[in-house]
Amino acid sequence: MSHRILIVDDEPNIVISLEYLMKKEGFEIAVATDGEAALKLAAEFRPDLILLDVMMPKKSGFEVCESLRADPAQAGVKIIMLTAKGRETEVTKGLALGANTYITKPFSTKDLIAQIKSLLA
Amino acid sequence: MLQGWVIVLASFLYLGFLFAIAWYADHRADTGRSLISNPVVYALSLGVYCTTWTFYGSVGRAAASGIGFLPIYLGPTLLFALAGFILHKMIRVAKANRITSIADFVASRYGKSQLLGGLVTVIAVVGVIPYIALQLKAVSNSFAILSSYPEIIMPATAGAVPLFQDSALYVAMILAAFTILFGTRHLDATERHEGMVAAIAVESIVKLAAFLAVGIFVVWGIHEGVGDIFAQAAAVPEVARRLATADSPAAYGTWGTLIFLSLFASLLLPRQFQIAVVENVDAKHLSRAVWMFPLYLFLINLFVLPVALAGMLHFQGAGVDADTFVLTLPMAHQHEALALFVYIGGLSAATGMVIVETIALSTMVCNDLVMPALLRLPILGLAAREDLSGLLLEIRRWAIAVILGLGYLYFRVAGEAYALVSIGLISFAAVAQFAPVVIGGLFWKGGTRDGALAGLAVGFVLWAYTLLLPSFAKSGWLPDGFIAHGLFGIELLRPQHLFGLTGLDEITHCLVWSLLANLGAYIGVSLQRTPNVREARQATLFVGGAEAAGMSAWRGSAGVADLLPLASRFLGRERAEDAFFRHARERGLHSMEELPSDTRLVNFAETLLAGAIGSASSRAMVASVVTEEPLGIDEVMNILDEASQVRAYTRELEQKSLELRIATGELREANARLRELDRMKDDFISTVTHELRTPLTSIRAFSEMLHEDPKIDLAQRTRFLAIIVSETVRLSRLINQILDLAKLESGRAEWTVAAVDVGEVIREAADSLTVLFAEKRVMLDLDQCAAGLSVMADRDRLMQVMVNLLSNALKFVPEDSGCVKVGAGGTTDEVRVSVTDNGPGIHAADHEVIFDKFRQGSGTTDVLTDKPQGTGLGLPISRQIVEYFNGRLWVESTPGSGATFVFTLPRQAGDNSQTAHEDAAAGQGPKHNDN
Repeated sequence: MSHRILIVDDEPNIVISLEYLMKKEGFEIAVATDGEAALKLAAEFRPDLILLDVMMPKKSGFEVCESLRADPAQAGVKIIMLTAKGRETEVTKGLALGANTYITKPFSTKDLIAQIKSLLA
Repeated sequence: MLQGWVIVLASFLYLGFLFAIAWYADHRADTGRSLISNPVVYALSLGVYCTTWTFYGSVGRAAASGIGFLPIYLGPTLLFALAGFILHKMIRVAKANRITSIADFVASRYGKSQLLGGLVTVIAVVGVIPYIALQLKAVSNSFAILSSYPEIIMPATAGAVPLFQDSALYVAMILAAFTILFGTRHLDATERHEGMVAAIAVESIVKLAAFLAVGIFVVWGIHEGVGDIFAQAAAVPEVARRLATADSPAAYGTWGTLIFLSLFASLLLPRQFQIAVVENVDAKHLSRAVWMFPLYLFLINLFVLPVALAGMLHFQGAGVDADTFVLTLPMAHQHEALALFVYIGGLSAATGMVIVETIALSTMVCNDLVMPALLRLPILGLAAREDLSGLLLEIRRWAIAVILGLGYLYFRVAGEAYALVSIGLISFAAVAQFAPVVIGGLFWKGGTRDGALAGLAVGFVLWAYTLLLPSFAKSGWLPDGFIAHGLFGIELLRPQHLFGLTGLDEITHCLVWSLLANLGAYIGVSLQRTPNVREARQATLFVGGAEAAGMSAWRGSAGVADLLPLASRFLGRERAEDAFFRHARERGLHSMEELPSDTRLVNFAETLLAGAIGSASSRAMVASVVTEEPLGIDEVMNILDEASQVRAYTRELEQKSLELRIATGELREANARLRELDRMKDDFISTVTHELRTPLTSIRAFSEMLHEDPKIDLAQRTRFLAIIVSETVRLSRLINQILDLAKLESGRAEWTVAAVDVGEVIREAADSLTVLFAEKRVMLDLDQCAAGLSVMADRDRLMQVMVNLLSNALKFVPEDSGCVKVGAGGTTDEVRVSVTDNGPGIHAADHEVIFDKFRQGSGTTDVLTDKPQGTGLGLPISRQIVEYFNGRLWVESTPGSGATFVFTLPRQAGDNSQTAHEDAAAGQGPKHNDN
């Protein structure tokens, strides 16, 4: 059975690349381009893992992460924060809000896939 | 009916009545329910200003000079109405320092100088004795006239009557006895006499009532109203002359002089000072007195002119002295009761004045003249005597008797040469000599003891030479040769034309010379040296007001064991112990044995004693028991020196700390600003990093994907490569814009300024974007652009702005139905360009935000494809450019109905481009760096 992955990012090209990579690994994919859509899809699509961008319109990745962690129905979902802001404080904040791991952009595709697999194992 | 014994009986009954009032008021005061603590009583007691001089003399003066009697009352009226603050300050200072008399006031002010107190006392006694003589003369004359009723006979001249048949002698003796009873029954620590004040207030009512009764009788009893009197007076030329105000220029001068004189007299006469300042219970009473006392003066003068005119009409040529009209008019109309009432009124005016004046003078003589002298005579052994309170009372009693004796003597010797008013004025001129030292002492800290002594001495000598001695000479008591020919036959020294000054009446003449010399000497000598420690301290107490009264005057100490016996000697044992016990209670102690030997106790004892024997004597007595370090000149200099050094150092420190505070404030501000700038820079770098990493992320991801999977199909591979290329382009554009903005912001941008055709720039910018508009099938409308609009600007930069705005609009309009309109127009001053789109519009909250770096409008990116393209730097850059040319760039929009970006540019180049022109003109080429 294949895992479900929700991609959340507002950069079309990054979404394209992530979509391609995940499909190639055999995951089932859904895409959201802002925070609100992400929360909606998380409830409908029931993903096993979310790739979550931080800088997004409407709701930031931090807010989405916080809402998901506050929802018992979403207790098992893994969250990988992806951000172009590499400051220490942001990494700490993301982890404190309940992200499983934090990857800065630009990322190595190999590393990303390895992280996803280890989280879903 | 008016036999001599009736008049004498009435007189004694009246005096007995007064005494009863005084006794009752004293009794009330002893039981703590003061009768006189009342502003009305205070105002009435001030009526002691009106003596027989007012009661009989005003009419006399009115008969001689019309309303010339008035200035004597205008002076006090002015003082109370306009200068109440001086009186208020005097009362406050006197209370704080327990001042007992005007001599004490002056002595205390200039360093508690016994010499000065003595001099003031001498001047006051000598100056006021003619005034007392005047009261004796008035009472004895009124008695003589009344007792010859129904005949109206003017009394014989004083000198013509054998001594023991002279009623004035008996009047003097009776008044002396009465005053002794009144004023020296016991010694009060504050030297206040409640009973006396109550009696004086009653006397003020009696004399006012008597005078008003005569006035009403004359106006409506004899005549048919005031109009009738004036009409009759106008018909008689001799009388009519009195209706004119003044008939010579000198007369106006006299008016001024009299107002001036009486103003000071109502403040500085010993009895006025006694009643207004020493006997004042509460300084607040003054606020009522400032109008009640002038009102009293007004009422008592109301009928003066009608009575004078009526008297002149009635006694034409009958040889009746106008000073007696008040009495003789009722007599001439056979109104015995009214005549007796008038006599009592005159008696009350005289007794009031004599009692208060002699009590005040006797206090001064005792405290400032006799006691200091006696205490210095070791032969008497006074310094060692146990109880001196009896002696003090004894001295005062004798002083009263002597003063009245002197008054009588003056009356016998000089009294006949002058009318009542002229005698009074001699006294007024004498006390006017106190004005510089008293007023100066209240408001000028620079006055010294020497200055005060010099001023008073010079003024007093000149007063005696120009006014007192001539009054003796005119009475035949002195040879009068020096009046006509000057002292030693020197013309310039003629006493009434001193140094050739003529054309003034004798009072004005005396006042000009004496006050001029007085004031000059006071200021001149005072300025010779700075006040010493003691003078400076007293100056602070007086000029600075009562607030400074807490300053300690003593550097040494003494215990109850020393101070209590000292106080007992002057106050009596019981009174002194009482006062010490009260002081102990005030300090929260249970008995006076617990009182510590400190400066506060010494100060208390000094003040207590000052109430009885005056400040100067008190200081000398207390000094005799206080173990004080001798205050040598070196020490004084050291104290002063140290004090001034400390002051200078303090000022320096204050200055330094102020500078430090300012510097700290500036530093803190700069620091805050730096921190803010640092935060902004940090945010900017973080944002730039984010913007750069985003395209890099795509580039790396796609590159890695292509690199690791060579078997990707061609279509996919082409798509990925296109993305890589476009992201690379985006990355380069971003870097360029960041550099561009950095250049604009730092002012290192290069500008080429020339006349630019705006329409042409718009068209060119539109042309460059034609393909993009066509791709999205968006309409671009340039029809609203006027031709021939020219501004001074940088063409390329303007182009940059236009392209930014157009591509911005294109980004947000919908595909196919999108429409962008460009408008351009202008006034004589500026050119205005607008770019309107039919996109989603911008929230009002974002109208300014979108011009911030990297801040793109929110709420416009619902769909994946609608993610705003671009860097978020286009608008900030455009705004920088427009503002460089002194224009403005803003947006007008409501969400849902598109947005219009507008910018204006002034036609005449602004400051920035102006410099560019100058640079160009100077041959430095069109490019320059702007700051």
